[in-house]
Amino acid sequence: MRHLVRPAQYAALACYIVFLGFPLLWLLSASVKSSVELNSLTVSLLPSEWSWDNYTRALARQGLLRSMWNSAVVALSTTALVILTALPASYVLARIKGAVRVAGVGWILISQVFPVILVILPLFLVLRTLGLTDSLLGLVLVHTTYTLPFALWMLQGYVSAVPVALEEAAEVDGAGRPAVLRLIVLPLLAPGVAATAMFAFVSSWNEFFFALVLLQSPENYTLPITLKMFIGGEGKVALGPLAAGSVLAAIPSIVFFSLMQRKLASGLMAGAVKG
Amino acid sequence: MSSSRRREAAALVIPSLLPILVLSVAPLAVGVSLAFTDARLVRAPDFEPVGLDNFVRLLDNALFWGSFRIGLVWAVSVTVLQLAAAMGLALLLDSGLRFQGLTRVLALVPWAMPPVVVAIMWQMIYSPNAGPLNAALGALGLPDDTNWLGDFSTALPAVIAVGVWVGMPHTTVTLLAGLQQIPGELHEAASMDGAGAWRRFTGVTLPGLRPIITSITSLNFIWNFNSFSLVYVLTEGGPGGRTMLPMLFTYLEAFNNRNVGHAAAMGVVLVVVVVLLLTVYLWSQLRDDGERVG
Repeated sequence: MRHLVRPAQYAALACYIVFLGFPLLWLLSASVKSSVELNSLTVSLLPSEWSWDNYTRALARQGLLRSMWNSAVVALSTTALVILTALPASYVLARIKGAVRVAGVGWILISQVFPVILVILPLFLVLRTLGLTDSLLGLVLVHTTYTLPFALWMLQGYVSAVPVALEEAAEVDGAGRPAVLRLIVLPLLAPGVAATAMFAFVSSWNEFFFALVLLQSPENYTLPITLKMFIGGEGKVALGPLAAGSVLAAIPSIVFFSLMQRKLASGLMAGAVKG
Repeated sequence: MSSSRRREAAALVIPSLLPILVLSVAPLAVGVSLAFTDARLVRAPDFEPVGLDNFVRLLDNALFWGSFRIGLVWAVSVTVLQLAAAMGLALLLDSGLRFQGLTRVLALVPWAMPPVVVAIMWQMIYSPNAGPLNAALGALGLPDDTNWLGDFSTALPAVIAVGVWVGMPHTTVTLLAGLQQIPGELHEAASMDGAGAWRRFTGVTLPGLRPIITSITSLNFIWNFNSFSLVYVLTEGGPGGRTMLPMLFTYLEAFNNRNVGHAAAMGVVLVVVVVLLLTVYLWSQLRDDGERVG
């Protein structure tokens, strides 16, 4: 009986690997198959011949390149805004105990429970009054606001790890407050800022719902919206370019998660990141 | 705290407090209050308070409650299956097998994918003609012509499977972190007392993971109940409304039927029910804990 345990465990592990990995392999394989092969009824994981045709065809589509550019602009601006606003506030959140902290943490929790649909209705009306619907600037503001709570949470964890004694020692040596923050605290936060920036970038790059509601004209679409429109339209026949576009859309997030793999696995961020 | 320190704190907090207040807290408050008005999504919004009218009308909106039921089936099944599947994988990853690195990376990838890409990928898997799932079933001599996402009876289970795929990584990582905190001596002591694998699991592992299981199932339930993008792209609520999650239903009411007030009332009802369900769940968990101690 006992000698059957290991093989059974490996069999179970194999099932998990297939369940988790096969869909990804299938998407990759569809993106390098020829359109003839995709439209035939023979089903095989390995393409009969490799072709990068789908990628050139996907990139040749005006809409796709343009929305990729839009996504990059929105995600980079969101990242910059999130870091600029969250960094100072996270310092306060970590260093000051009491009401501010309770309110901050409380809001992070509440923002998890409320469905975005309740927020999007008035938000849409407000942004329309400001002329910021169907605008990338409006989307950046919304993405920034909704990435902030978690970014604050991540960053304040890193700030808490910087010993207060270090700051006090520098102040005793005569450094002013701005100098302490800039020369002592900031450099120690660099890894935390990098991790938070990647998180903000990926959240914004992947985001679908706000972009769906706020953007109306195709020249403003972000990549997820263009891909969604593509499915409904010619994607049914142009399966290959759709797969290629999807692979391209997944690259930033996969890079992020492979870089963050160890941190995520150590459970540091467990309990809060949700794609 | 000195007053200069207080000024410094305020100056540091305001840049992030401002957007959260203006674009998150205030809209939420307005969103809740819209539920008591007859607001419509039109060029010149002009709305009157209508008291509880929206909620009264909701009571006999059979479509809404139908979608509500689908939402509960979806959220409960995805949450429970996620927990079971993630527990299995976390235990395997914790038991010193080979291929740990590969499995860990694979277990994380679904987490990172944009929901739209996940939906496109699974549409390909489920494709009735050229999909690998039907091909595999055909090779085993089983029926190979199921239209997984298009058939009334299979659409919801098919969508639930994708929900499990997406949410598993996060739950696995959380449980694994918990498993690694359980002291090995506890397992050794239980083995010495002659406990088998199953007894050790129910006697040592589960009680040790209990707080983590409670918090991760609560969070998963909220996230699943509130989820929108994945199913919106996969099926748009079809076929025949069989996968019409409450958030999709509310979205269509607001942006297709333009009944903002009515949609806001739906949103409020959904929040209230989720909070009630969670309160009952957390209360029962706490009571069990209390009984164990006492």
